[in-house]
Amino acid sequence: MGNVLKIILQRLALGLLTLLIVSMVIFVAVNLLPGDFAQSILGQGATPEAVASIRTDLGLDRPPVTRYFQWLGGVLQGDLGTSFAQANFASFTGTDSGATTVAQQIAPRFANTMFLAMVTAAIAVPFSIILGILAALYRNTVFDRATNIFTLSSISSPEFFLAYILILFLAVLTPIFPSLSNIYEGMAFSERLEKSMLPALTLTLVVTAHMMRMTRAAIINLLASPYIEMARLKGLSPMRVIVKHALPNALAPIINVIALNLAYLITGVVVVEVVFVYPGIGQLFVDSVKIRDIPVVQACCLIFATAFILLNLTADIMSILSNPRLRHPK
Amino acid sequence: MTDQPLVKMRDVWLEGRSDELWNPIINGVDLTLQKGEVLGLIGESGAGKSTLGLAAMGYTRDGVRISKGSVEFDGIDLLTASAAVKRELLGKRIAYVAQSAAASFNPAHKLMDQHVEGPVQHGVMGRGDSEADGIELYRKLRLPNPDEIGFRYPHQVSGGQLQRCMTAMAMSCRPDLIIFDEPTTALDVTTQIEVLASIRDIVEQFDTAAIYITHDLAVVAQMADTIKVLLKGDEVETADTRTMLSAPTQEYTKSLWAVRSFERPLKPAVQTGAVPVVSVQNVDASYGTVPVLHDVSFDMHEGRTVAVVGESGSGKSTTARCITGLLPPKAGQILVNGEVMPPDYRKRNKDQLRQVQMIYQMADTALNPRMSIGQIIARPVEFYLGLKGRERRKRVDSLLEQIELEPSQYYHRLPSELSGGQKQRIGIARALAAEPKFIICDEVTSALDQLVAEGILRLLARLQDELSLSYMFITHDLATVRAIADEVVVMKDGRVVEQGPKKDMFKPPHHAYTDLLLSSVPEMDPDWLTNLLNERGVDNIGDAAVDKM
Repeated sequence: MGNVLKIILQRLALGLLTLLIVSMVIFVAVNLLPGDFAQSILGQGATPEAVASIRTDLGLDRPPVTRYFQWLGGVLQGDLGTSFAQANFASFTGTDSGATTVAQQIAPRFANTMFLAMVTAAIAVPFSIILGILAALYRNTVFDRATNIFTLSSISSPEFFLAYILILFLAVLTPIFPSLSNIYEGMAFSERLEKSMLPALTLTLVVTAHMMRMTRAAIINLLASPYIEMARLKGLSPMRVIVKHALPNALAPIINVIALNLAYLITGVVVVEVVFVYPGIGQLFVDSVKIRDIPVVQACCLIFATAFILLNLTADIMSILSNPRLRHPK
Repeated sequence: MTDQPLVKMRDVWLEGRSDELWNPIINGVDLTLQKGEVLGLIGESGAGKSTLGLAAMGYTRDGVRISKGSVEFDGIDLLTASAAVKRELLGKRIAYVAQSAAASFNPAHKLMDQHVEGPVQHGVMGRGDSEADGIELYRKLRLPNPDEIGFRYPHQVSGGQLQRCMTAMAMSCRPDLIIFDEPTTALDVTTQIEVLASIRDIVEQFDTAAIYITHDLAVVAQMADTIKVLLKGDEVETADTRTMLSAPTQEYTKSLWAVRSFERPLKPAVQTGAVPVVSVQNVDASYGTVPVLHDVSFDMHEGRTVAVVGESGSGKSTTARCITGLLPPKAGQILVNGEVMPPDYRKRNKDQLRQVQMIYQMADTALNPRMSIGQIIARPVEFYLGLKGRERRKRVDSLLEQIELEPSQYYHRLPSELSGGQKQRIGIARALAAEPKFIICDEVTSALDQLVAEGILRLLARLQDELSLSYMFITHDLATVRAIADEVVVMKDGRVVEQGPKKDMFKPPHHAYTDLLLSSVPEMDPDWLTNLLNERGVDNIGDAAVDKM
């Protein structure tokens, strides 16, 4: 077990290093964007003096290296900074929400995103794995092909298209779920769940294909192994051979694909949020990029990167734990 | 003997699919097995033994089909039976023991979980009873710590022990028939003998019928009541074991028996004071912090073969890695023609590298599959001798002739188009291309059938006479040692336990470990195992005896 602990600590250290490098990349990339907050807020007719004065106000006139270390220092102390738009121009931009720091601004949105991601994962992961197992069991049959066609066509369709199809069938023709997902603070869990159902189902359709096909492929890949032949020659049922003998050995690649898809759920769901008017972090991110609200953009990027790193770390650890050779050394 | 045989296979034809065509594997073989009888099925690789053995269970691997014939088990026609009926028989009344227990146990589950799976799923016993029975079987098979060993994962148990656990698993439902598919081929001789003794005991005790598949005649002589010889899918002959050994009627069977008679004449002793071609002096080596070699010293002289023998893990191949410089020794030195070699191969110059060449165990993986035979041999010719163009081609052709392969036919072929024996010949030609005086042969015949292996040994012997080469011959097969060695070095746990000329090594008295190795090599005498067990007792064979040293 000490073995496993050592690997986990190593990965954690590597994760922190990656995060540091990512923070630099984010900072450089955000600064490479053409124009800045002052220009975008004042518009084309602004006088150079007015632009310069806003820049001085926000500290945008200082050299980038200084700004980077100021920002990094703040982040390390848990201070993600203050949104430009909220700080001085809230009344001007009409985005006053009472939240003054980036952290306050992001927190409720991020919580919503996590909620949606978890609801989706709770549906999509078991669904894809069961579908993958069945496809492996009935490989090369009509069922297998139908499953493949279904999952591949749903992953190939644009997200908004899937969203509208679901709205059509589940909200308009047979009104089961609401088509608007405008959840807010203080809403009861059950109501939240009901309102999140359609976006969650849309996202399920998007992420199922990868996970289901990896489950199927990883299992089929093992079916030629001597221990699978042995299981068959012990007279076990085909289902038992796959679930009990193939699946435990196929877990590592499946876990990795699951982690990648969960990361996608946290970082890449802007379109679905827009369609269902779901107040997640994706929309906030896009809006902030539009007006060059650098502290918010940077904070969002950092959160996305952390989610990616943590999920991959979890996947690595679970892959290690699924290997009895590492769990029980000689 | 009962009236109805347990297994009745009549005129069975099996075909395998390759390149969109069905090719014959077994051509109309009959097989009859009575209750409690043990049938030995022997032949070279590719003879179709395993396929036939599996067909007796009504099972074919993917890409194989039974095209004709009938297979009956206890009156049940296995070819027309439904999958459910067959599943009911498999594991419960017919069990299988595979060649590599390490690969055939599921790495994700403990041994006992896999052991009880059959009885529980078939409804023969409950989990508790089956576990207790498993421990009892482990004890009968003389496994160490029978109460505890089942609760380990496969990777925590050694190969010989796993093979016995698998026999126990096959026994878990007390089947009427067990198919043993080369169960001891992957094991060391001292481990093999223990597994053989356990299998034979338990099969006798429960009066189980068995089909014992192997390519090793001496092994089958110990195990079987009847022997059936297969050649390329055809039955050559069938007879009871003693008749088969003493009076084989077919030419092919006789030739199989004769392989073991190849032996080189003894060479005169080495002159005192002669400079050895390679001298290993007081070498210590370790992998990381794990020491593997301790004070290893021996000399190899011109035109002679030194056989290095020992079990897996005894340090034979590690010594070879030290000589080639792949693993720089921690202490001691390697001399070639009296010159001290730099320990690391990266520090050796081209001429020093040229003098030490290697031939590998697995010709399959040692040849680049994307290069033609000509390219494979031309590369060292160019690298070491600087030959180019027509001269290089001429040299490659003459090397191909030396290994008895027609240059015009083989120059442009890929390794995948060659048989195992031919690939090993290419490995030899590649080593010869550097014009070395010394070649390390690492288990070069262990992956080959006996007849093919003998051809390789004869070729190596001829090349040695013509080019006065020295060989370091790493092997665990004492029959090979007998055939070609001049000197023998016996290794155990990274130490040299005994060394000397061959004629002394095969004559007592020798070191207790050498004695154990020698006596563990199965002999053609069907009473050999019984006599050995009577002589020594079950606790003085195999690993148990090794551990006592």
